[in-house]
Amino acid sequence: MSDLTKLSALELSSELTKGSVSAVEVTKAHLDRIESLDKTVQSFLHVDKTGAIKQAEEVDKNRKEKKKVSSLAGVPLALKDVLTQKCVPTTCGSKILEGWIPPYDSTVVKNLKNAGIVILGKTNMDEFAMGSSTENSAYFPTKNPWDLTKIPGGSSGGSSAAVSAFFAPLAIGTDTGGSIRQPAAVTGIVGAKPSYGGVSRFGLVAFASSLDQAGPFARTVLDCAMLHEVMAGHDPLDSTSINQPVPDVVSAAKLQDVKGMKIGIIKELGGKGWQTGVLNRFNESVELLKSMGAQVKEISIPHSLYALATYYLIAPSEASSNLARFDGMRYGLRVDDGNLSAEEVMNKTREKGFGKEVKRRIMIGTYALSSGYYDAYYAQAQKVRALIAQDLTNAFKEVDVLISPTSPTTAWGLGERVNDPMAMYLADLATLPPSLAGIPAMSVPIGLADEDQLPVGLQIVAPFMNDDRMYRVGGAIEASLKSKWNGLLIDQVPALGGGK
Amino acid sequence: MSRITREEVANLARLARLDLAESELDEYAQQLEIILESVAKVSEVSTKDVKPMSHATGLVNIFREDITKESLKREEILRSAPATEDDRFRVPRILDEE
Repeated sequence: MSDLTKLSALELSSELTKGSVSAVEVTKAHLDRIESLDKTVQSFLHVDKTGAIKQAEEVDKNRKEKKKVSSLAGVPLALKDVLTQKCVPTTCGSKILEGWIPPYDSTVVKNLKNAGIVILGKTNMDEFAMGSSTENSAYFPTKNPWDLTKIPGGSSGGSSAAVSAFFAPLAIGTDTGGSIRQPAAVTGIVGAKPSYGGVSRFGLVAFASSLDQAGPFARTVLDCAMLHEVMAGHDPLDSTSINQPVPDVVSAAKLQDVKGMKIGIIKELGGKGWQTGVLNRFNESVELLKSMGAQVKEISIPHSLYALATYYLIAPSEASSNLARFDGMRYGLRVDDGNLSAEEVMNKTREKGFGKEVKRRIMIGTYALSSGYYDAYYAQAQKVRALIAQDLTNAFKEVDVLISPTSPTTAWGLGERVNDPMAMYLADLATLPPSLAGIPAMSVPIGLADEDQLPVGLQIVAPFMNDDRMYRVGGAIEASLKSKWNGLLIDQVPALGGGK
Repeated sequence: MSRITREEVANLARLARLDLAESELDEYAQQLEIILESVAKVSEVSTKDVKPMSHATGLVNIFREDITKESLKREEILRSAPATEDDRFRVPRILDEE
């Protein structure tokens, strides 16, 4: 058997089904790789070695006893540390939750466990998912496997790094304003944000409830679709969960055909200020889609120019309210010398437990929601949000999907933007409009930028609950590029620590 | 756009229950001003007769039957509490001594 960590989830699934390899062997191969190489990447906050092997043994036992198991049973996965897993620490990358052991599984984790997917551990992230580089983690920054001096994107940077470093073929992230798509783009892998309500938020520690959505990371579009299918579905424990069948993303990913599809290029996302190498790869993908028989035209989403301002009012407003629960009373950190009042304990606990970006956003949100400013800021942002969603709805009357580059630049250097919040926020320019509208969007790798030889992503956006359409386009692009490159883009990632 | 003063940051911090250090006030005043100036761009958009959008699904009032179900175990919840007493959360005093 060749190196198990190099195989896709689909390939592992086929080997496991044939019985040529056991789930324990697959799990151990990935754990070994993490143990020897994650000290350079730092993608995991917590590796659950014992739990993972136990899960794998269970899968092997079920297969041996000829019990019906899902096709992904025994395939390992890395879980963003914002989703609860019973009896495994969940920190959200924050000191305020250090040492918290959740007493329950999130619905996503329950679905993974039911499918027999082996959870290797919890991945690093920007504190409470606020950031685009994973440098806002209270623990340590994660490195980009393509270049260890660069950021892996964020906020799900631990998950994107784990998949691109071959520590796991699959990972879960969450995306509020681009936190799956941008990390996927800058690490050369596939990442999808499902339709809002497509995946249950039960057990997902809330940042901005009207935007948060968990989704899959993988190295191939089909792997991503298979994980999407496992995660998604109606959940009575989340009142914003959509009670409709999960779109058939797996069949769509297999189609590899875009003939006759109408594809719109979002006019406002590109041009001046965007990295040339990013635009070059994007323009080539447009030509590729045309050559495969898609009808491509430019479409204007006029209010997308206001998406950044709208998002950075709505998300912090919701965050300032959601994060009020971290008061040092019931879980996590408590700063108390025994002589303080409850209010003093709260003030000191929150000051010590939250990092800079979290405090910044809580204060922005508090400002936008305070009397005297509410109408001009929060209420106005909600109205502009409606206009952005309307623009997108109108666009889908003319085209089946919309496309843009996923992020204006490739991965930047660690430390470069940490003291400039606005520069950091600009990384989300293209990913925000679909987030605000609640519609599905994904990023697929389309090559390396000429300037820095770092990965570039193509964002594909589909109408609400038509997630399958983006997988159809993503699958077709991937197949075509794969034959051109004689492999996936991620196969070009440099070896870590001298040898893969 | 009004300028964000140290006093304003201190007030926001008080509302948000953050015991900011003196040294942080200037830094945040400067950063919040830049961010708020940038997000104020939303005011350029004409939104007459536009209904505010609070979320994406259009769902309203999801009901369920009011039936008793097993909930989480008390000891599992209290296990991660900062302080407990008699099977309950122990919290600092809430009222001032009089």
